[in-house]
Amino acid sequence: MKPSPPTNNTRHDSTSAVFELCLNMGDSALILAQQNSKWCGHAPILEEDIAFANIALDLIGQARFWLDLAGKIEADAGLSSVKGERNTRDADALAYGRDAIEFRNHLITERPHPDFAHALMRQFLFDCWHEARLGGLCQSAHNAIALIAQKSLVEVRYHLERSRNLIIRLGDGSEESHERMQSALDALWPYFGGVFEDSAGDQVLAEGKVAPLPSTHESKVRGALEADFKAAALSLPQSEHWQRGARQGHHGEHFGLILAEMQFLERAYPGLEW
Amino acid sequence: MSNPWPLWEVFIRAQFGQAHRHVGSLHAPDAKTAINHARDVYTRRNEGLSIWVVEAEKIIASQPSDKGPYFDPSQNKIYRHPDFYDIPDEVEKI
Repeated sequence: MKPSPPTNNTRHDSTSAVFELCLNMGDSALILAQQNSKWCGHAPILEEDIAFANIALDLIGQARFWLDLAGKIEADAGLSSVKGERNTRDADALAYGRDAIEFRNHLITERPHPDFAHALMRQFLFDCWHEARLGGLCQSAHNAIALIAQKSLVEVRYHLERSRNLIIRLGDGSEESHERMQSALDALWPYFGGVFEDSAGDQVLAEGKVAPLPSTHESKVRGALEADFKAAALSLPQSEHWQRGARQGHHGEHFGLILAEMQFLERAYPGLEW
Repeated sequence: MSNPWPLWEVFIRAQFGQAHRHVGSLHAPDAKTAINHARDVYTRRNEGLSIWVVEAEKIIASQPSDKGPYFDPSQNKIYRHPDFYDIPDEVEKI
């Protein structure tokens, strides 16, 4: 069994919390990128096909930064879950070598997308949260986190501009496009609010000025959403029953299939290169 | 009913001081979406600083059948080219 870290508990808690934050940001970007990449070659028009692929690539780039940082923090602090070894996990090892319960992506990212409306609505909800969260992290006292957030925010501002433009046009478009966007919103809404859930580690991060509490983003994001949905002629669902637990590694039934597809090659042929 | 997804021509300016250059076309339902599509389709590899889009049907073009009367007469008027000046050696770029 691995001996306890020699450093004091406060530092250890803080390091674990930073590690968890990096996983939350990195895994959310990674899983959404994996989902969006499924539209490559299938989006209703060529221009949107390319746009979705671009966004997927942006998010994979961001996931790489977050997960590499997570791996470095883990190695520096001796947090590695692989007992008896001081091995460093890079972004690839974290993306392809973990099981579902170790992933910290927000539940909204793993929801299925039976039609393009679901994919767009999911992207819009995620972008609204993502922009607010990255904006908060830009001020982080943790230098590497602030740098990744600043770099990512430039990309995410465009993601949000695009997805907002589309949901307003389609929500306030034809009868069919309105119905599809409203159905997507109704289906996805219960899985969105978990992004504002504070975990135990978040208190430590807020005290250390590493990251604001996730709950502090709720009023601003909700205000922006309400204005945009009004412009899109969409009604915000009344239900406030949020599906929670993403930060503890709880996932829906679809998540296993996403991982199975994403991790297949590395699982079948470990260390494969081409 | 007019086409809900008309064709747009896209012009990109790559550097300050240069003119916008035609790079291609795309389909979009409105001007804002056309700009976004142009950004996604034509500036992925750091090509641009500025984008213009214009609905293709708004462009008035010369007809291929006008090629003769329009362009042929200028082929043999060499006096229209400023080729008969001596350029001093000190002038490097002209």
